[in-house]
Amino acid sequence: MKEVMRGKAWKFPDNVDTDQIIPAVYLVTGDPGELSKHVFEKFRPEFARKIEVGDIIVGGKNFGYGSSREHAVRALMGAGVSCVIAKSFARIFYRNSINLCFPPIECDMDVKEGDLLEVELAKGVIRNLANGRNYPFTPFSPFALSMMKKGGLMRYVEEVLSCTK
Amino acid sequence: MGRTIAEKILSDRSGMMAVPGDIVEAAVDYLMVNDVTGLPAFEEFEKLKVKPLIDKLVLIPDHYVPNKDIPSAKQALAMREFARKYGVKNYFEVGRGGICHQVMIEKGFVAPGRLIVGADSHTCTYGALGSFATGIGSTEAAAIMAMGKLWFRVPESQKFILEGEPKRYVCGKDIILNIIGDIGVDGSLYKSMEFYSAFKLPLPDRITISNMSVEAGAKASIFPPDEKVFDYLEDRVKYKPVFADPDADYSDTFHYALSDMVPTVAKPPLPSNTVPASECNIEIDQAYLGSCTNGRIEDLRMAAEILKGNKVHEDVRLIIVPASQRIYARAMREGLFEIFLESGAFISGPTCGACLGGHMGVLAPGEKCVSTTNRNFVGRMGDAKSEVYLASPATVAASAVKGRIVDPKEVKP
Repeated sequence: MKEVMRGKAWKFPDNVDTDQIIPAVYLVTGDPGELSKHVFEKFRPEFARKIEVGDIIVGGKNFGYGSSREHAVRALMGAGVSCVIAKSFARIFYRNSINLCFPPIECDMDVKEGDLLEVELAKGVIRNLANGRNYPFTPFSPFALSMMKKGGLMRYVEEVLSCTK
Repeated sequence: MGRTIAEKILSDRSGMMAVPGDIVEAAVDYLMVNDVTGLPAFEEFEKLKVKPLIDKLVLIPDHYVPNKDIPSAKQALAMREFARKYGVKNYFEVGRGGICHQVMIEKGFVAPGRLIVGADSHTCTYGALGSFATGIGSTEAAAIMAMGKLWFRVPESQKFILEGEPKRYVCGKDIILNIIGDIGVDGSLYKSMEFYSAFKLPLPDRITISNMSVEAGAKASIFPPDEKVFDYLEDRVKYKPVFADPDADYSDTFHYALSDMVPTVAKPPLPSNTVPASECNIEIDQAYLGSCTNGRIEDLRMAAEILKGNKVHEDVRLIIVPASQRIYARAMREGLFEIFLESGAFISGPTCGACLGGHMGVLAPGEKCVSTTNRNFVGRMGDAKSEVYLASPATVAASAVKGRIVDPKEVKP
């Protein structure tokens, strides 16, 4: 997980569901690179082609609504998205993001499509370099932060298993 | 301070006093994985080089089975091979199982007081029998296979009080659509819904309500268990029911008059976009009766009652998908298949297929489907320009006859 993430904003509305992020017909692999070819395919067909590594998704309320498919987080990570900023997140998408070290950042900010954003995790702030304004985001719980710093849920499991051996 | 059902179950399984907002690590009773979420879970798990806790594990292929193509065949094979490699006894092959949530209930994995997770968002279904049950991701499933436990944020609980008795044709689907229409698709986000009703709702209606609670964002959706649950489980399984304390703390309390509700439809693109079925009047191309939401024997009987002596409209395909092999056999024995076939319906074996736009009923651009499933998102059942209207089995059957979405009373007053 990077401490500072910088990329241009892709704006999305409220209630972006996981069927939009990755349609169910492609749920035949867990490979992020393979899944990323179809990310937002039905709704923003240009996304997979035009996304640049580091770009940031800015959603509205309830981002990641719907199915539990972890494939949604994997597809975004595979596409090179550095993080999602949203007013709120659907529960399972939020968990999957924490467990895979893909920071789900809760913030209600002013942003236009293509604005250059900089997210500083330690300081808890998002800078919109296009309008010059700073936006503090909701701090992560100590648990979520430690999980992501550790490298995600599987690293945690490895630690637990090595202690019990 | 008293505690809710969610707080009690999470306290019991974590050995800590679980207070809303806390993170606890809790031991799960069962972990369910399907063919779609299974593959990434198995891949993550294998990296750990340990043996899985197979007694807790239930593997149910249902999304893309029977296999729709070669990649889905490989995916289902990965589950079968995992089951063989580790001797997972709770693996339910095609022909011996069905849609995962229905199978979990039928086979006795679901019971009051249990903590159950599943790599499928509709795992919250099991709250209908008094379990704390919630959907998780594939990596989390891998973690549980290795450790038997997982982290949970203890949710706040909301109390839903259902008053009065539902009118004819108003069932669990109409009740949950009315609730989601009221509180919105994030009205229960991160929270546990707890339902209370003086009228003893039939178990299948409760199952439909708990099933769709995730469409309001809920983490769990629990009915305190009663005789209907105890009678259903008989002495097949051992369990310890958990009830809320009278002074438990709820973040919100909602009241709904069941007697005021009418057959309801959720128009696309969200389950909260509700209207009375009688005002919908949308011409349809397909009608779909099935899924973990409404593919139970009671749902099929209700549809048969409406279809008996009627024909499916000439411009409509009616697809009927019993939720499990057991329901399929029962419907056949009860003579429901004869009624369905006579009406011109298509009957398939259990699969999630069309509900998620996978196979066995995918929609073309511009097509409209009235469906007993749980999601009407843009493109959910097929092309981005197709539309899904969510409704009860009675409304779907009546609409299939009329060729447009109608209140069931229009076919059988």
